[in-house]
Amino acid sequence: MSKQTIIAISREYGSGGHEIARRIAADLGLKMYDRKLLDEMADEKNIEVEYLEKYDEKPRKLLLSRTVNGYCNSIEEIVAEMQFDYIRERAESGESFVIVGRCAETVLADFEGLISFFVLGDQDAKVARVRDHFELDDAGALSKMQRHDKTRKRYHNRHSDGKWGDSRLYDMCINSSKVGIEKTTQILEDYIKARA
Amino acid sequence: MVVAQVLAVIIFVVMFVMIVLDKIERQWVTLACGALTMILVFGIAMHSGTAALETLNVRNIFTTQFWYTGSAGESSSTGINWSTIIFICGMMIMVEGMARAGFFRWLCMLLAKAVHYKPIPLLITFMIMSAVLAMFIDSITVILFLAAVTVELAKLLKFNPLPMILSEIFCANLGGSATMCGDPPNIIIGTSLGYSFADFLTNTGLVAGISLIVVVFYFFLVFRKELKAGSNGEVDIEKMPKPTEAIVNKRDFIISAIIFLCAVVMLVSHAQTGLTVALIGAVIAIVTLICSGKHILEILKKVDYKTLLFFVGLFIVVGGLEQTGILVKIANLIENISGGHLMSMVAIIIWVSAIASAFVDNIPFAATMIPIIKSLAATAGVPTATLAWALAMGTDVGGSATPIGASANVVGTSVAAKNGYPVSWGKYCKSVAPATVIVIAISMLYIFVRYC
Repeated sequence: MSKQTIIAISREYGSGGHEIARRIAADLGLKMYDRKLLDEMADEKNIEVEYLEKYDEKPRKLLLSRTVNGYCNSIEEIVAEMQFDYIRERAESGESFVIVGRCAETVLADFEGLISFFVLGDQDAKVARVRDHFELDDAGALSKMQRHDKTRKRYHNRHSDGKWGDSRLYDMCINSSKVGIEKTTQILEDYIKARA
Repeated sequence: MVVAQVLAVIIFVVMFVMIVLDKIERQWVTLACGALTMILVFGIAMHSGTAALETLNVRNIFTTQFWYTGSAGESSSTGINWSTIIFICGMMIMVEGMARAGFFRWLCMLLAKAVHYKPIPLLITFMIMSAVLAMFIDSITVILFLAAVTVELAKLLKFNPLPMILSEIFCANLGGSATMCGDPPNIIIGTSLGYSFADFLTNTGLVAGISLIVVVFYFFLVFRKELKAGSNGEVDIEKMPKPTEAIVNKRDFIISAIIFLCAVVMLVSHAQTGLTVALIGAVIAIVTLICSGKHILEILKKVDYKTLLFFVGLFIVVGGLEQTGILVKIANLIENISGGHLMSMVAIIIWVSAIASAFVDNIPFAATMIPIIKSLAATAGVPTATLAWALAMGTDVGGSATPIGASANVVGTSVAAKNGYPVSWGKYCKSVAPATVIVIAISMLYIFVRYC
């Protein structure tokens, strides 16, 4: 791709959004940033990656932190800001990439090359996916899914004016359960090509 | 009156909850609650223009007593404490001038060089420097510079900066308790009850000094292994940042240092000269601005107006509680619980203040407690000063106990986390909370022995 393309994929837990992002990145020859971007950040800033992982995509604990003169001592908030700065730097360098989560559709909203998607799924399909992946029973899978979605939603809405999963915030919202991971990937890639 | 009291309490509780929730910036919370107090409590419920005017307290600014007392101490007043607001504004302007000239970074680097960049002497030196600077300058500024330099030195010397940052935070809060201008609760206590800089220095200052010696030993014992383990012995002094490199502009640096010294002299001697802290604040602000030449706007823009507005709203809401007589009822309650014994009152005030300040902003707490101790002293016939020192030590030191208790804690732990050294509640409280308990216990015993 000649001009800068940044593909931001937000996803419900168990929807396969991460897998779709991985396939798009592979097909289009783009670098993908997900949880692994923490390794690069840790290397660059000379800090322990475990610290970043522990607080990755977590919402601020309201009563346990405070903000004074713009300084917030919520570790979740500081890790989020570090990530936002990092992905902003990557975008400003002109790099094209795929990014999963991290409020990228909001953080990179000013970049012309941004294409944002929200991948959702039917509950049964998501539960089945989580159940098979983590070898859980249905109740365990549902509970895990609900817990993660709740955390993601709070994290997103804390850092964005728009609501998590609100169609007005993204180029496209798509239900991956209807046509499967492969076809969903194809549809999104077609849209990316149309935008290019 | 009952309706007014209920409304005043509801507004106060809502304000406190909103401040704790931190969803809306705190100055808007206090200003909105202040406006509600004026309309609902003074207007609709009390129909009292006098109560509203007394709380706004603007007339006080245009009296000679507000600027010059001609005798020892400040005159006491109720409602918006304009002396506190003007003084804090003046200090903010002076500190901004000093920071811009590179004063704080220079001082940190100079002392680090003086102890040859050895971690343990650095820990002790920076703790003492933190306490001494915080006696005259707001703890946020002190920690902002100390924590930044500590992280910088830690990266060069390869040691974990957290033990030092946590010790510096504690000492900044402790140093703030030593003087009238060290911590906002003390400024409010001093200006509301008419105490001088020397009054604080010879009362809370003395116990803060004793406590500093104890906590230096405490933190040395707690952190010595961690600091020794991190440092690798040899330091190439040539590679370390030079103190003189911190000075941005020599002329500005000298001027800011002179203004700071003059401010210290004026504060120390204000009981003798009769200058009020409001006048001192105004003078240092004007002199700093005149000397800053073309940078006036830059300095004025950096003044933390949000905090000043926060104070205005806060004083109105507390004024609502005061005018409706709620605080007298709380004072009576404390008197009943303590059975009228001074020792019990001191113990209640110092521990309740400390515990409350560990979790909520100590400024609104202190502002609310002042009318209570005034009333308590009047009804129980005990000295106001004794209760005031208990309140000052409780609020100033108690705030150290948790990461959210005081502004310095928030700023220090934020700077540490941004540099890759996160501080969890457990990690923070494990080392700092015991120090807080020790100092509060020392302060209580000191007050018992000296005043009861």
